[in-house]
Amino acid sequence: MSDSPTPVLRAEGLVKTHHGEGAPAQAVRGVDLRVRHGEFVAITGPSGAGKSTLLHLLGGLQRPDGGSIWLDGECTDSYSEARWAVERRKRIGIVFQFFNLVSNLSVADNVELPALLAGVSPKRARAEREELLAELGLGGKERSMPGELSGGEQQRVALARALVNHPPLLLADEPAGSLDSKGTREVMRLLSRFHQRGQTILLVTHDARLASAADRVISFFDGRIADDAELDVVPPPGTGISGVLQLKD
Amino acid sequence: MRLPLLALLARGPAHGYELKQDLEQVLGSAYPQPNVGQIYVTLGRLEKSGLIEGEEIEQSSRPNKKIYHLTDAGREALRAWYEETADEPRVRDEFFMKLALAPQTRLADQIALINKQRRHYLNTMRGLSKLAAAENRDNRMAHLLIEGAMLHLQADLDWLERCQEELEEPE
Repeated sequence: MSDSPTPVLRAEGLVKTHHGEGAPAQAVRGVDLRVRHGEFVAITGPSGAGKSTLLHLLGGLQRPDGGSIWLDGECTDSYSEARWAVERRKRIGIVFQFFNLVSNLSVADNVELPALLAGVSPKRARAEREELLAELGLGGKERSMPGELSGGEQQRVALARALVNHPPLLLADEPAGSLDSKGTREVMRLLSRFHQRGQTILLVTHDARLASAADRVISFFDGRIADDAELDVVPPPGTGISGVLQLKD
Repeated sequence: MRLPLLALLARGPAHGYELKQDLEQVLGSAYPQPNVGQIYVTLGRLEKSGLIEGEEIEQSSRPNKKIYHLTDAGREALRAWYEETADEPRVRDEFFMKLALAPQTRLADQIALINKQRRHYLNTMRGLSKLAAAENRDNRMAHLLIEGAMLHLQADLDWLERCQEELEEPE
Protein backbone atom coordinates (compact mmCIF):
# COMPACT_ATOMS: atom_id res chain seq x y z
CA MET A 1 0.00 0.00 0.00
CA SER A 2 1.13 3.53 -0.67
CA ASP A 3 1.25 5.97 2.21
CA SER A 4 -0.66 8.61 0.24
CA PRO A 5 -3.68 10.06 2.05
CA THR A 6 -7.08 8.46 1.61
CA PRO A 7 -8.64 9.63 -1.65
CA VAL A 8 -11.99 11.46 -1.51
CA LEU A 9 -13.24 8.99 -4.05
CA ARG A 10 -11.96 5.63 -5.14
CA ALA A 11 -13.44 3.15 -7.58
CA GLU A 12 -12.21 -0.31 -8.48
CA GLY A 13 -13.40 -2.49 -11.33
CA LEU A 14 -16.62 -0.58 -12.00
CA VAL A 15 -18.87 -2.24 -14.57
CA LYS A 16 -22.29 -1.15 -15.76
CA THR A 17 -24.36 -2.65 -18.55
CA HIS A 18 -27.53 -1.02 -19.82
CA HIS A 19 -30.30 -3.43 -20.70
CA GLY A 20 -32.55 -1.51 -23.03
CA GLU A 21 -34.15 -2.63 -26.23
CA GLY A 22 -31.84 -4.68 -28.39
CA ALA A 23 -28.47 -6.02 -27.28
CA PRO A 24 -27.17 -5.09 -23.82
CA ALA A 25 -24.78 -2.13 -23.99
CA GLN A 26 -21.71 -2.07 -21.78
CA ALA A 27 -21.47 1.57 -20.76
CA VAL A 28 -18.69 1.18 -18.18
CA ARG A 29 -16.26 -1.69 -18.61
CA GLY A 30 -13.86 -1.96 -15.74
CA VAL A 31 -12.92 1.45 -14.39
CA ASP A 32 -10.38 2.10 -11.64
CA LEU A 33 -10.16 5.66 -10.43
CA ARG A 34 -8.84 7.71 -7.54
CA VAL A 35 -9.59 11.34 -6.87
CA ARG A 36 -7.45 13.06 -4.24
CA HIS A 37 -8.52 15.88 -1.96
CA GLY A 38 -8.38 19.22 -3.73
CA GLU A 39 -8.07 17.72 -7.20
CA PHE A 40 -9.99 19.04 -10.19
CA VAL A 41 -10.47 16.15 -12.59
CA ALA A 42 -12.24 16.27 -15.95
CA ILE A 43 -13.51 13.21 -17.79
CA THR A 44 -13.86 13.80 -21.52
CA GLY A 45 -14.86 11.61 -24.40
CA PRO A 46 -17.37 11.29 -27.23
CA SER A 47 -21.07 11.12 -26.47
CA GLY A 48 -22.07 7.56 -25.79
CA ALA A 49 -18.66 6.70 -24.32
CA GLY A 50 -20.29 6.08 -20.95
CA LYS A 51 -18.87 9.05 -19.10
CA SER A 52 -22.23 10.23 -17.72
CA THR A 53 -23.02 6.68 -16.61
CA LEU A 54 -19.69 6.62 -14.79
CA LEU A 55 -20.53 9.87 -13.00
CA HIS A 56 -23.95 8.53 -12.05
CA LEU A 57 -22.30 5.43 -10.56
CA LEU A 58 -19.89 7.60 -8.59
CA GLY A 59 -22.75 9.67 -7.19
CA GLY A 60 -24.86 6.64 -6.34
CA LEU A 61 -27.56 7.64 -8.82
CA GLN A 62 -27.11 4.25 -10.49
CA ARG A 63 -25.69 1.08 -8.99
CA PRO A 64 -22.82 -0.77 -10.67
CA ASP A 65 -23.13 -4.38 -11.85
CA GLY A 66 -19.62 -4.98 -10.61
CA GLY A 67 -16.87 -3.22 -8.69
CA SER A 68 -16.86 -0.98 -5.65
CA ILE A 69 -16.76 2.67 -4.68
CA TRP A 70 -15.17 4.17 -1.58
CA LEU A 71 -16.00 7.62 -0.23
CA ASP A 72 -13.20 8.92 1.99
CA GLY A 73 -11.99 5.37 2.41
CA GLU A 74 -15.42 4.03 3.31
CA CYS A 75 -16.77 1.24 1.12
CA THR A 76 -20.25 1.98 -0.21
CA ASP A 77 -21.12 -1.59 -1.27
CA SER A 78 -23.72 -1.94 1.45
CA TYR A 79 -25.27 1.52 0.99
CA SER A 80 -29.04 1.62 0.48
CA GLU A 81 -30.76 4.14 -1.78
CA ALA A 82 -31.63 6.18 1.31
CA ARG A 83 -28.02 6.17 2.46
CA TRP A 84 -26.85 7.38 -0.94
CA ALA A 85 -29.44 10.14 -0.79
CA VAL A 86 -27.94 11.25 2.52
CA GLU A 87 -24.43 11.18 1.04
CA ARG A 88 -25.63 13.31 -1.86
CA ARG A 89 -26.73 15.91 0.63
CA LYS A 90 -23.63 15.84 2.79
CA ARG A 91 -20.59 14.47 1.05
CA ILE A 92 -21.38 14.85 -2.66
CA GLY A 93 -22.83 17.84 -4.47
CA ILE A 94 -24.03 17.31 -8.03
CA VAL A 95 -24.80 19.67 -10.91
CA PHE A 96 -26.46 18.43 -14.07
CA GLN A 97 -26.65 19.57 -17.67
CA PHE A 98 -30.30 20.59 -17.37
CA PHE A 99 -29.96 22.14 -13.89
CA ASN A 100 -32.75 19.96 -12.38
CA LEU A 101 -34.02 22.78 -10.18
CA VAL A 102 -37.40 22.38 -8.51
CA SER A 103 -39.50 24.50 -10.83
CA ASN A 104 -42.19 25.51 -8.35
CA LEU A 105 -39.75 26.60 -5.65
CA SER A 106 -38.07 30.00 -5.60
CA VAL A 107 -34.34 30.35 -6.13
CA ALA A 108 -33.84 30.84 -2.39
CA ASP A 109 -35.86 27.73 -1.52
CA ASN A 110 -34.05 25.62 -4.11
CA VAL A 111 -30.74 26.47 -2.47
CA GLU A 112 -31.91 26.20 1.14
CA LEU A 113 -33.80 22.93 0.76
CA PRO A 114 -30.80 20.58 0.83
CA ALA A 115 -29.41 22.42 3.86
CA LEU A 116 -32.71 22.07 5.72
CA LEU A 117 -32.98 18.41 4.72
CA ALA A 118 -29.48 17.91 6.13
CA GLY A 119 -30.67 19.23 9.48
CA VAL A 120 -29.16 22.70 9.32
CA SER A 121 -31.12 25.38 11.21
CA PRO A 122 -33.30 27.63 9.03
CA LYS A 123 -31.25 30.62 10.13
CA ARG A 124 -27.99 29.08 9.05
CA ALA A 125 -29.46 27.72 5.81
CA ARG A 126 -30.54 31.22 4.99
CA ALA A 127 -27.15 32.69 5.78
CA GLU A 128 -25.41 30.08 3.64
CA ARG A 129 -27.82 30.71 0.80
CA GLU A 130 -27.33 34.48 0.96
CA GLU A 131 -23.58 34.12 0.92
CA LEU A 132 -23.54 31.68 -2.00
CA LEU A 133 -26.00 33.61 -4.15
CA ALA A 134 -24.07 36.81 -3.63
CA GLU A 135 -20.85 35.01 -4.47
CA LEU A 136 -22.41 33.65 -7.66
CA GLY A 137 -23.70 37.05 -8.73
CA LEU A 138 -27.33 36.16 -8.06
CA GLY A 139 -28.05 38.65 -5.30
CA GLY A 140 -31.56 40.02 -5.88
CA LYS A 141 -32.79 36.87 -7.61
CA GLU A 142 -33.84 35.08 -4.41
CA ARG A 143 -37.55 35.37 -5.08
CA SER A 144 -37.37 34.54 -8.77
CA MET A 145 -38.65 31.21 -9.99
CA PRO A 146 -36.18 29.06 -11.95
CA GLY A 147 -38.21 29.48 -15.15
CA GLU A 148 -37.67 33.23 -15.04
CA LEU A 149 -33.88 32.89 -15.17
CA SER A 150 -31.51 32.38 -18.10
CA GLY A 151 -29.79 29.03 -18.50
CA GLY A 152 -26.55 30.41 -17.14
CA GLU A 153 -28.31 31.81 -14.07
CA GLN A 154 -30.15 28.54 -13.46
CA GLN A 155 -26.87 26.68 -13.57
CA ARG A 156 -25.41 29.07 -11.01
CA VAL A 157 -28.41 28.40 -8.74
CA ALA A 158 -27.79 24.67 -9.23
CA LEU A 159 -24.15 25.21 -8.27
CA ALA A 160 -25.21 27.07 -5.12
CA ARG A 161 -27.59 24.23 -4.26
CA ALA A 162 -24.84 21.65 -4.80
CA LEU A 163 -22.40 23.52 -2.56
CA VAL A 164 -24.70 24.71 0.22
CA ASN A 165 -23.73 21.84 2.54
CA HIS A 166 -20.00 22.20 1.76
CA PRO A 167 -19.64 18.70 0.31
CA PRO A 168 -16.04 17.47 0.06
CA LEU A 169 -16.76 16.35 -3.53
CA LEU A 170 -18.54 18.17 -6.34
CA LEU A 171 -19.68 16.11 -9.33
CA ALA A 172 -20.61 18.03 -12.48
CA ASP A 173 -22.26 16.31 -15.43
CA GLU A 174 -21.92 18.43 -18.61
CA PRO A 175 -22.59 21.59 -16.57
CA ALA A 176 -22.22 23.79 -19.66
CA GLY A 177 -23.89 21.35 -22.04
CA SER A 178 -26.97 23.49 -22.52
CA LEU A 179 -25.30 26.89 -22.20
CA ASP A 180 -23.97 29.29 -24.82
CA SER A 181 -20.36 30.33 -25.08
CA LYS A 182 -20.72 33.06 -22.49
CA GLY A 183 -22.46 30.74 -20.05
CA THR A 184 -19.73 28.16 -20.60
CA ARG A 185 -17.03 30.66 -19.72
CA GLU A 186 -18.97 31.67 -16.62
CA VAL A 187 -19.28 28.07 -15.40
CA MET A 188 -15.61 27.53 -16.12
CA ARG A 189 -14.62 30.61 -14.14
CA LEU A 190 -16.75 29.60 -11.16
CA LEU A 191 -15.54 26.00 -11.08
CA SER A 192 -11.95 27.27 -11.20
CA ARG A 193 -12.64 29.69 -8.41
CA PHE A 194 -14.15 27.06 -6.09
CA HIS A 195 -11.31 24.71 -6.96
CA GLN A 196 -8.74 27.34 -6.02
CA ARG A 197 -10.35 27.45 -2.60
CA GLY A 198 -9.84 23.74 -2.19
CA GLN A 199 -13.05 22.25 -3.58
CA THR A 200 -12.52 18.77 -5.04
CA ILE A 201 -14.28 18.56 -8.42
CA LEU A 202 -15.00 15.72 -10.84
CA LEU A 203 -16.35 17.08 -14.09
CA VAL A 204 -17.75 15.18 -17.06
CA THR A 205 -17.70 17.15 -20.31
CA HIS A 206 -17.21 16.82 -24.03
CA ASP A 207 -16.06 20.45 -24.10
CA ALA A 208 -12.26 20.67 -24.12
CA ARG A 209 -12.38 24.30 -23.05
CA LEU A 210 -14.11 23.32 -19.85
CA ALA A 211 -11.87 20.27 -19.42
CA SER A 212 -8.76 22.41 -19.68
CA ALA A 213 -9.75 24.22 -16.48
CA ALA A 214 -9.05 20.96 -14.64
CA ASP A 215 -5.58 19.88 -13.59
CA ARG A 216 -6.11 16.30 -14.63
CA VAL A 217 -7.96 15.08 -17.72
CA ILE A 218 -9.17 11.53 -18.18
CA SER A 219 -10.07 10.48 -21.71
CA PHE A 220 -12.92 8.04 -21.71
CA PHE A 221 -13.60 5.79 -24.68
CA ASP A 222 -16.00 2.96 -25.05
CA GLY A 223 -16.53 2.51 -21.33
CA ARG A 224 -12.87 2.60 -20.42
CA ILE A 225 -10.15 5.03 -19.42
CA ALA A 226 -7.96 5.50 -22.49
CA ASP A 227 -5.67 8.13 -20.99
CA ASP A 228 -5.19 9.88 -17.67
CA ALA A 229 -3.06 13.00 -17.88
CA GLU A 230 -2.01 15.70 -15.46
CA LEU A 231 -2.01 19.01 -17.29
CA ASP A 232 1.06 21.16 -16.92
CA VAL A 233 0.92 24.13 -14.66
CA VAL A 234 3.32 25.92 -16.94
CA PRO A 235 2.75 25.36 -20.65
CA PRO A 236 5.62 23.57 -22.36
CA PRO A 237 8.06 25.72 -24.28
CA GLY A 238 7.98 25.74 -28.05
CA THR A 239 5.18 26.62 -30.38
CA GLY A 240 2.25 25.84 -28.08
CA ILE A 241 -0.04 28.72 -27.41
CA SER A 242 1.84 31.41 -29.25
CA GLY A 243 1.93 29.17 -32.32
CA VAL A 244 -1.83 28.83 -32.23
CA LEU A 245 -2.30 32.56 -31.94
CA GLN A 246 0.23 33.55 -34.57
CA LEU A 247 -1.59 35.30 -37.37
CA LYS A 248 -0.23 34.61 -40.81
CA ASP A 249 0.90 37.47 -42.98
CA MET B 1 3.39 41.46 -40.87
CA ARG B 2 3.38 43.42 -44.14
CA LEU B 3 -0.34 43.88 -44.65
CA PRO B 4 -1.23 44.59 -41.02
CA LEU B 5 1.34 47.39 -41.07
CA LEU B 6 -0.15 48.77 -44.28
CA ALA B 7 -3.58 48.56 -42.66
CA LEU B 8 -2.39 50.57 -39.65
CA LEU B 9 -0.87 53.18 -41.97
CA ALA B 10 -4.17 53.57 -43.85
CA ARG B 11 -5.32 55.70 -40.94
CA GLY B 12 -2.46 58.15 -41.27
CA PRO B 13 1.34 58.48 -41.10
CA ALA B 14 3.15 56.90 -38.19
CA HIS B 15 6.63 55.80 -37.13
CA GLY B 16 7.77 52.28 -36.36
CA TYR B 17 7.38 52.33 -32.62
CA GLU B 18 3.87 53.80 -32.83
CA LEU B 19 2.89 50.98 -35.16
CA LYS B 20 4.15 48.40 -32.69
CA GLN B 21 2.07 50.00 -29.95
CA ASP B 22 -1.03 50.20 -32.13
CA LEU B 23 -0.74 46.54 -32.98
CA GLU B 24 -0.40 45.62 -29.31
CA GLN B 25 -3.41 47.69 -28.43
CA VAL B 26 -5.68 46.15 -31.04
CA LEU B 27 -4.62 42.53 -30.62
CA GLY B 28 -4.02 42.51 -26.89
CA SER B 29 -1.41 40.71 -24.87
CA ALA B 30 -2.53 37.32 -26.21
CA TYR B 31 -0.93 37.87 -29.58
CA PRO B 32 2.80 37.16 -29.63
CA GLN B 33 4.31 40.62 -29.85
CA PRO B 34 6.49 41.35 -32.87
CA ASN B 35 9.72 42.94 -31.81
CA VAL B 36 10.42 46.43 -32.96
CA GLY B 37 13.32 45.19 -35.09
CA GLN B 38 10.98 43.00 -37.12
CA ILE B 39 8.74 45.99 -37.67
CA TYR B 40 11.59 48.18 -38.91
CA VAL B 41 12.79 45.45 -41.27
CA THR B 42 9.30 45.02 -42.68
CA LEU B 43 8.86 48.79 -43.06
CA GLY B 44 12.16 48.88 -44.98
CA ARG B 45 10.90 46.20 -47.36
CA LEU B 46 7.57 47.91 -47.85
CA GLU B 47 9.37 51.12 -48.68
CA LYS B 48 11.64 49.37 -51.17
CA SER B 49 8.62 47.90 -52.96
CA GLY B 50 7.01 51.34 -53.14
CA LEU B 51 4.00 50.58 -50.94
CA ILE B 52 4.98 53.16 -48.31
CA GLU B 53 7.26 56.18 -48.21
CA GLY B 54 9.35 57.31 -45.29
CA GLU B 55 10.30 60.82 -44.31
CA GLU B 56 13.14 61.55 -41.90
CA ILE B 57 12.18 63.88 -39.08
CA GLU B 58 14.98 65.59 -37.23
CA GLN B 59 14.83 65.45 -33.46
CA SER B 60 16.96 67.76 -31.39
CA SER B 61 18.21 65.50 -28.62
CA ARG B 62 17.57 62.06 -30.14
CA PRO B 63 18.35 60.29 -33.41
CA ASN B 64 16.13 61.12 -36.38
CA LYS B 65 12.92 59.19 -36.66
CA LYS B 66 11.22 58.11 -39.81
CA ILE B 67 7.54 58.76 -40.37
CA TYR B 68 5.92 56.49 -42.95
CA HIS B 69 2.84 57.03 -45.04
CA LEU B 70 0.93 54.83 -47.44
CA THR B 71 1.47 55.35 -51.19
CA ASP B 72 -1.26 54.86 -53.82
CA ALA B 73 0.29 51.49 -54.63
CA GLY B 74 0.15 50.62 -50.93
CA ARG B 75 -3.51 51.56 -50.72
CA GLU B 76 -4.15 49.42 -53.79
CA ALA B 77 -2.34 46.45 -52.21
CA LEU B 78 -4.44 46.85 -49.10
CA ARG B 79 -7.63 47.00 -51.13
CA ALA B 80 -6.62 43.80 -52.94
CA TRP B 81 -5.96 42.20 -49.53
CA TYR B 82 -9.51 42.97 -48.42
CA GLU B 83 -10.90 41.68 -51.73
CA GLU B 84 -9.41 38.22 -51.21
CA THR B 85 -10.93 35.66 -48.91
CA ALA B 86 -8.49 33.99 -46.57
CA ASP B 87 -7.45 30.35 -46.94
CA GLU B 88 -9.15 27.86 -44.69
CA PRO B 89 -7.07 26.37 -41.91
CA ARG B 90 -5.36 23.07 -42.68
CA VAL B 91 -5.60 19.79 -40.86
CA ARG B 92 -2.36 19.44 -38.92
CA ASP B 93 -0.46 17.68 -41.67
CA GLU B 94 2.53 16.64 -39.67
CA PHE B 95 0.55 14.82 -37.04
CA PHE B 96 -1.63 13.26 -39.72
CA MET B 97 1.43 11.92 -41.57
CA LYS B 98 2.84 10.44 -38.37
CA LEU B 99 -0.48 8.80 -37.63
CA ALA B 100 -1.09 7.49 -41.13
CA LEU B 101 2.40 6.04 -41.49
CA ALA B 102 2.83 4.70 -37.94
CA PRO B 103 1.79 1.10 -38.74
CA GLN B 104 4.39 0.88 -41.54
CA THR B 105 7.23 2.05 -39.36
CA ARG B 106 6.35 -0.16 -36.38
CA LEU B 107 8.02 2.54 -34.33
CA ALA B 108 4.90 4.04 -32.81
CA ASP B 109 1.45 2.97 -31.71
CA GLN B 110 -1.39 5.00 -33.22
CA ILE B 111 -3.43 5.20 -30.03
CA ALA B 112 -0.37 6.25 -28.04
CA LEU B 113 0.29 8.94 -30.65
CA ILE B 114 -3.26 10.21 -30.35
CA ASN B 115 -3.07 10.29 -26.55
CA LYS B 116 0.20 12.17 -26.65
CA GLN B 117 -1.14 14.69 -29.12
CA ARG B 118 -4.29 15.16 -27.06
CA ARG B 119 -2.26 15.95 -23.97
CA HIS B 120 -0.37 18.55 -25.93
CA TYR B 121 -3.57 20.18 -27.23
CA LEU B 122 -5.14 20.14 -23.76
CA ASN B 123 -2.13 21.89 -22.32
CA THR B 124 -2.31 24.48 -25.07
CA MET B 125 -6.03 24.89 -24.37
CA ARG B 126 -5.24 25.43 -20.72
CA GLY B 127 -2.71 28.10 -21.64
CA LEU B 128 -5.32 29.81 -23.81
CA SER B 129 -7.87 29.76 -20.98
CA LYS B 130 -5.32 31.42 -18.73
CA LEU B 131 -4.55 34.03 -21.37
CA ALA B 132 -8.26 34.76 -21.76
CA ALA B 133 -8.62 35.15 -18.01
CA ALA B 134 -5.66 37.53 -17.85
CA GLU B 135 -6.64 39.62 -20.88
CA ASN B 136 -8.42 42.91 -20.39
CA ARG B 137 -12.15 42.18 -20.52
CA ASP B 138 -12.86 45.17 -22.71
CA ASN B 139 -10.50 44.13 -25.49
CA ARG B 140 -13.01 42.38 -27.70
CA MET B 141 -10.60 41.68 -30.55
CA ALA B 142 -8.11 40.02 -28.22
CA HIS B 143 -10.84 37.83 -26.76
CA LEU B 144 -12.10 36.90 -30.21
CA LEU B 145 -8.58 35.94 -31.24
CA ILE B 146 -8.20 33.66 -28.23
CA GLU B 147 -11.67 32.21 -28.69
CA GLY B 148 -10.91 31.47 -32.33
CA ALA B 149 -7.77 29.61 -31.33
CA MET B 150 -9.75 27.66 -28.73
CA LEU B 151 -12.44 26.67 -31.19
CA HIS B 152 -9.81 25.46 -33.66
CA LEU B 153 -8.22 23.41 -30.92
CA GLN B 154 -11.61 22.04 -29.94
CA ALA B 155 -12.08 20.91 -33.53
CA ASP B 156 -8.63 19.28 -33.53
CA LEU B 157 -9.51 17.50 -30.31
CA ASP B 158 -12.83 16.33 -31.75
CA TRP B 159 -10.98 14.99 -34.73
CA LEU B 160 -8.51 13.12 -32.49
CA GLU B 161 -11.53 11.59 -30.82
CA ARG B 162 -12.83 10.41 -34.19
CA CYS B 163 -9.41 8.94 -35.04
CA GLN B 164 -9.40 7.12 -31.73
CA GLU B 165 -12.89 5.74 -32.26
CA GLU B 166 -11.92 4.42 -35.67
CA LEU B 167 -8.49 3.07 -34.81
CA GLU B 168 -9.15 1.60 -31.37
CA GLU B 169 -8.87 -2.19 -31.72
CA PRO B 170 -12.22 -3.87 -31.20
CA GLU B 171 -12.02 -6.68 -28.69
